[in-house]
Amino acid sequence: MLQRRHILGLEEMTPEEIQFVLDTADSMKEILSRPIKKVPALRGRTVCTLFYEPSTRTRSSFELAAKILSADTISITPSTSSVVKGESFRDTLLTLQAMGTDLFVIRHQCSGAPLFASKIVSVPVINAGDGMHEHPTQGLLDLLTLRAVKGRLSGLKVTIVGDIAHSRVARSNIWGFTKMGASVRLVGPPTLIPLGLEATGAKVYDRLEPALEGADVVYVLRIQRERMESGLLPSLREYTRLYGITPERLAKLTPADVVVMHPGPMNRGVEISPEVADAGYCVVTEQVANGVALRMALLYLLLGGADGGKE
Amino acid sequence: MRLILRGGRIVDPSQGLDAVGDLVIEDGRIERVVPGGADLASQPGAEVIELSGMHVVMPGLIDVHCHLREPGQEHKETIATGSASAAAGGFATVLCMPNTEPPIDSAAVVSLVLERAKSAPGARVLPIAAGTVGMGDERLSEMADLVEAGAVAVSDDAFPIQRAETLRRVMEYCRMLGVPFVAHCEDTSLTRGGCMNEGEVSTRLGLKGMPAVAEEAALARNLLLARLTGAHLHVAHVSTAFSVELIRWAKDAGISVSAEACPHHFTLTDEAVADSGYDTSTKVNPPLRTAADVEAVKRGLADGTIDCIATDHAPHAAEEKDVEYPLAPFGMVGFETALALTFTELVQTGVLSLARAVECLSCAPAKIFKLSGGTLRAGSAADVAVLDTSREWVVDRSKLVSKGRNTPFHGRRVKGAPVLTIVGGRVVYNALNVSRGDK
Repeated sequence: MLQRRHILGLEEMTPEEIQFVLDTADSMKEILSRPIKKVPALRGRTVCTLFYEPSTRTRSSFELAAKILSADTISITPSTSSVVKGESFRDTLLTLQAMGTDLFVIRHQCSGAPLFASKIVSVPVINAGDGMHEHPTQGLLDLLTLRAVKGRLSGLKVTIVGDIAHSRVARSNIWGFTKMGASVRLVGPPTLIPLGLEATGAKVYDRLEPALEGADVVYVLRIQRERMESGLLPSLREYTRLYGITPERLAKLTPADVVVMHPGPMNRGVEISPEVADAGYCVVTEQVANGVALRMALLYLLLGGADGGKE
Repeated sequence: MRLILRGGRIVDPSQGLDAVGDLVIEDGRIERVVPGGADLASQPGAEVIELSGMHVVMPGLIDVHCHLREPGQEHKETIATGSASAAAGGFATVLCMPNTEPPIDSAAVVSLVLERAKSAPGARVLPIAAGTVGMGDERLSEMADLVEAGAVAVSDDAFPIQRAETLRRVMEYCRMLGVPFVAHCEDTSLTRGGCMNEGEVSTRLGLKGMPAVAEEAALARNLLLARLTGAHLHVAHVSTAFSVELIRWAKDAGISVSAEACPHHFTLTDEAVADSGYDTSTKVNPPLRTAADVEAVKRGLADGTIDCIATDHAPHAAEEKDVEYPLAPFGMVGFETALALTFTELVQTGVLSLARAVECLSCAPAKIFKLSGGTLRAGSAADVAVLDTSREWVVDRSKLVSKGRNTPFHGRRVKGAPVLTIVGGRVVYNALNVSRGDK
């Protein structure tokens, strides 16, 4: 059973809840394989996607998931300037709730904003990525994908490579993988490794080779050009030389059945070589497909239960 | 006009006094302290306030660090509401920081603040002047004019001066004028965009951190500039363990330095940001630090490395704080919880003696800033605070006298309540007959 009305992060979820969400998502996959991908489960319900940051894949994934379940969707993209001036976040939420929103999907550049929202509105909130904090639906879809590919999560050795400091995907994945019994190694340049990561149970490296050795799963994070401009990286060229994931490095350090994951969008030739991106062991498209099923599962569980997600 | 506080425990470290007795006030001045009790029959016509041994009678508290927001931000607080809030916390005198709009960087604004302070209902208000025009990093303010107009110190609080050259010149003027320079120690190139202490908790919450070294690096530089210029450096809101070490070193080296710590920095850690679910009332600068820092600050207060306790009372309007965490302004209100937190967290736990706590809250600030209060000696102005050590109460932000509601202590159970505040012989706050819950 899901123990909560909101999905704000994987840190607070139990392994049993995660398992239950993944199992529900597996059953949603069957709907996606039908010739007519539509079920009436959430007919008459309205899902509002409120995105304060640009996003293509996460937003369309949520909207598709809602539409397949027959929910109506409204999509709001407040100009980012209104965060600083103009209508407050609080008032925006209350306005959209008054219009009949049954569930909010929120992306925000401020860490903690979805939690803030959950204290203001009386309907469920799903965090679609908040600042550098968490991106729980990404974390869950990654677990769903890996479980399908490997047949298990427990005992896997996962290495997350790149800009850990600014990555909400990394945070959610650290919690997700460790809770499900995998071990996590983190690696990146020291300027992109935040303080105190060891407290999560993960091991931290600044050199790629020891972090990659024997990894069952290599999770590659997107590297942003801004990191160079803000003085955190000397150059992308050097980053690629030190941390880029190439077939040679994988062949030398990892087992033959290694799996490579990436949250997208990929910078080919920077954090991941084109050969790896296109290889069979790189499951990026499976991740995207599973994203729809996983989000269907969450919408269904938060809105479709006997109490309909209302208090 | 004669007023007698009868039968309380009188604690005045300025004269080594700790005795049950009577405090006699005559025409706005302390007439005498009578250990054991005065002969009331010989005092016809005196107004008598009956106290007990659970009541600690002490010199009125002095807060050397607060933000009263007037002129310019009266929606957050005014000199009048701030003065009343301070009185409700036991403060007889408060020193307000210059980051108003316009800032207190001209004699005219000093005069305005002092004029408004005259009619303020509670604590005395004395302004601290900005050392630079517009609290910028370049031009010196007219510090001699500011001090002549009534400013009691110079500070860069809220807008820490980054250029060492500018700070050196400001401190040279402070040395000449004989006023302390109050430093907000922060290298802002290390804290840009930050909203809480950098560490394990900020990493977990995904909030940009403000590292301890930003405070410590600026402090080290400022100590060396004090050594060079001979100015007295007063270090505002010490929050890290190594800052305490640096101040200890500086005192040993003979540098003229004093320091203050705030109740939130000896009571809360950065875990409060997580535990409260990103409650913006925990957002303060310098930020709430780690448990090791809290311990070091307590030790510093106990051994005298940190001289005094100040509130950094920083009220904000509800709509300004009721936003996403990174967007909220820094600051929390502090007047009305400071004495209770000091008593609960430091005295009851044995970190400080009651006398040392009174020294931190009253005598030491008076000495550092050369103010007239901080004592119950006969002949001094009758600034008195009374703490009821038996009262237990729960902090309720809706019952604060301040306009600000931004306290991270809402809902916290504390022991010890300020119940009576006297400024210049005038009772400005009296809650002796009010149970704290109904306050």
